[in-house]
Amino acid sequence: MMSVSLTNLRAGEKGKVHAIAAGKYATKRLYEIGFNTSAHVTVIKNDAGPVIVSINGNKVALGRGLAHKVMLAKDQ
Amino acid sequence: MKTKRIALVGNPNSGKTTLFNAITGANQHVGNWPGVTVEKKEGSFTYRGATYDVVDLPGIYSLGAFSEDEIVAMDYILTDDADVIIDVIDASNIERNLYLTTQLLEMGKNLVIALNMVDEAEKREMKFDVAAMSRALGVPVVPTVASRDNGTEAVIKEAVKAIERKRVYQNPLTYSDNVSHHHEHMVELLEGKDLPYPPAWAAIKVIEGDSHVISRIEASTDDATVLNGITEFHKFHSSDNFELEIVDSRYAFAHRIAEQTVKRPPVEVVTLTDKIDKILINKYLGIPIFALIMLAVFQLTFAIGQDLLGGYAAALVEGLGVLIERFLIWAHSPEWLVSFMIDGVVNGVGAVVEFVPLITVMYLLLSLLEDSGYMARAAYVWDNLMRAFGMQGKAFISMIIGFGCTVPAIMSTRTMDNKKDRMVTMLITPFMSCGAKLPIYSVFIAAFFSDHGGLVLFSLYAFGIIVGLLMAKLFNKTIFKGETSYFIMELPPYRIPSTKSVMRSMWLNVSDFIKRAGTIIFMVVTIMWLLAVLPGSAEPYSQSSYLGRLGTLLVPIFRHAGFGTWQESVALFAGIPAKEAVVGTLGMLYAGQYMEEGVVLVNAVQQHFTSLTALAYMVMVLLYTPCAATISAVARETKSVRWPVAMALYTFAIGWFVAVLVFQIGSLFGFA
Ligand SMILES: Nc1nc2c(ncn2[C@@H]2O[C@H](COP(=O)(O)OP(=O)(O)OP(=O)(O)O)[C@@H](O)[C@H]2O)c(=O)[nH]1
Ligand SMILES: [Mg+2]
Repeated sequence: MMSVSLTNLRAGEKGKVHAIAAGKYATKRLYEIGFNTSAHVTVIKNDAGPVIVSINGNKVALGRGLAHKVMLAKDQ
Repeated sequence: MKTKRIALVGNPNSGKTTLFNAITGANQHVGNWPGVTVEKKEGSFTYRGATYDVVDLPGIYSLGAFSEDEIVAMDYILTDDADVIIDVIDASNIERNLYLTTQLLEMGKNLVIALNMVDEAEKREMKFDVAAMSRALGVPVVPTVASRDNGTEAVIKEAVKAIERKRVYQNPLTYSDNVSHHHEHMVELLEGKDLPYPPAWAAIKVIEGDSHVISRIEASTDDATVLNGITEFHKFHSSDNFELEIVDSRYAFAHRIAEQTVKRPPVEVVTLTDKIDKILINKYLGIPIFALIMLAVFQLTFAIGQDLLGGYAAALVEGLGVLIERFLIWAHSPEWLVSFMIDGVVNGVGAVVEFVPLITVMYLLLSLLEDSGYMARAAYVWDNLMRAFGMQGKAFISMIIGFGCTVPAIMSTRTMDNKKDRMVTMLITPFMSCGAKLPIYSVFIAAFFSDHGGLVLFSLYAFGIIVGLLMAKLFNKTIFKGETSYFIMELPPYRIPSTKSVMRSMWLNVSDFIKRAGTIIFMVVTIMWLLAVLPGSAEPYSQSSYLGRLGTLLVPIFRHAGFGTWQESVALFAGIPAKEAVVGTLGMLYAGQYMEEGVVLVNAVQQHFTSLTALAYMVMVLLYTPCAATISAVARETKSVRWPVAMALYTFAIGWFVAVLVFQIGSLFGFA
């Protein structure tokens, strides 16, 4: 299994949260807002600006710097 | 008997304040973005003859707080023991919301769950087995649609029952083997030590390394075994990180409950929100659409508030003025009283009241915007641009709130967890033009730019944003160096604003405006009037009155900006307690000066200003020192004297500088 950064996924692609490589503080916040280990995320928008993902149909926007640190196991 | 307390706790934007308003009949601010409520609010209601206190709290994702607003909620949960907590959860986002519920259960709180927004969840074809959920969690669950007052009765009933029942402590969680092992030992250590929390919960918090809770535990006991035990544990496990493991077991629990009790459609339903977002937050269209929305707000404000309704309000004030004057003369009132009532009250305070329709329309439109779900999108589309100025998208929400009033805008910065971001945002919100300045612009627009009211207004607001961003950049390069924090923002679904909540929010603002006219504006205008007619030896309203002498002292300051008469200078100073007083003071002074009938403020302004000086004056008003309420809000939020004073001075300097620039450059190009 290869893990890729959230910023590498295109709109429509899905993955499972594998690890978060951000600081302790940001990592906890991400966990709490829904990016816990093995949460399923679908990328909604990834062009300019923050990345938008859907977790169970709820949308969260993440700044690119932070999105870059979210590692996913991409669904095939 | 002590009044029983009910606290509303839940994730941001789950509908706590909506429920609070429905239960207590209060008028607290509701809006469709996370982080609307930033302080504790209290209310009460009566049920079957007994009165209950209700507390509305800012939204939180967990008991570990990051920002000021979250700390308010967390502190309340950790200290003040409510008799029951109504945990408001957003049914359409059930797992994430149950994560907080899990922590409240873990803590042993007496809970009733309001499963809110079931209408929203139904639209997404989610189905709930409420009875099973209640069984699995061990607490009552009541489905609600708070915005339509559905199920609120039932929630109250369950809450009242729960107060009498009291929950027996039972930890619903099973931790990982690794954590469990340490947990058992820690519970042994803490058991029977009379801590303010259940030992099982205190123990897990110690293992988690939650500094808020640990310091509370340490403060509550002087038992050496406890204190040493905690220190030892952390010394020994300094390289272990149990925190995320524990978070995962909480999520596992929440996940399991959701699996068991919620049915989802096999594929996510494509909602209207998804379709709207394709356009509104498009890479290229995002910011232009934002500009268009704001332009529409100002055009409509002018078209409806001024052109359509403004005349009626003006006629009403004028008619009242005539009536009052006739009555006073008929009653043989002394001349000073007639002068005070007509020049001061009717032409001064009345000049402010005339703008009630205008600000009503603007507040109506702003509250539509706040309730729609667009605010979070505005933050999103601006994030990139804001970054170029050293800020992040979230700050933009505070800036838009500032279009209504700067005080709540300053308060809203509490949701920023980065201190530097928060300070910079506070320092620039005064440049976001507020509702109280609208009457001032309107007078000058009516006098000189009446064909392009909406456009001029839009340009002023846009200019305020630009100056704010430039100042932010400057602050970032000088006093507030450092990283800008990450952008994390939930994008709630768009909602059709409910008439009730829009009306409520509009009324809140409009009644406040009217109240201010009757209190602070009345006071300022009265003081100005007294200074303008005294001493008795001087010609009233002339340069030899006290006010005239004061204004004359100020004149040199503003000469380079083109508005160098004493009346104009004095009016700017009258605007420091409250901005509407600029119009009130000008209205009073000009009315006194032109004794003849029917000289309205707009005509007087036309005589005293040119379109260029009017523009410079409006720019000054836009940028200079914010009102006293704003300055004291900054003092409260920063807990300092230095910052509010610094803000009052630097904004004055910027306002003056730009006004001079406008006038000088304009003159150079031959405008007058
Ligand atoms: N569809 C629907 N909308 C609701 C319901 N309850 C509240 N809302 C809307 O949800 C939004 C958020 O409501 P608030 O009451 O401000 O939420 P809050 O939990 O107080 O939010 P914060 O103060 O930010 O934590 C508003 O736009 C409400 O009109 C509901 O049951 N159904
Ligand atoms: Mg609220």
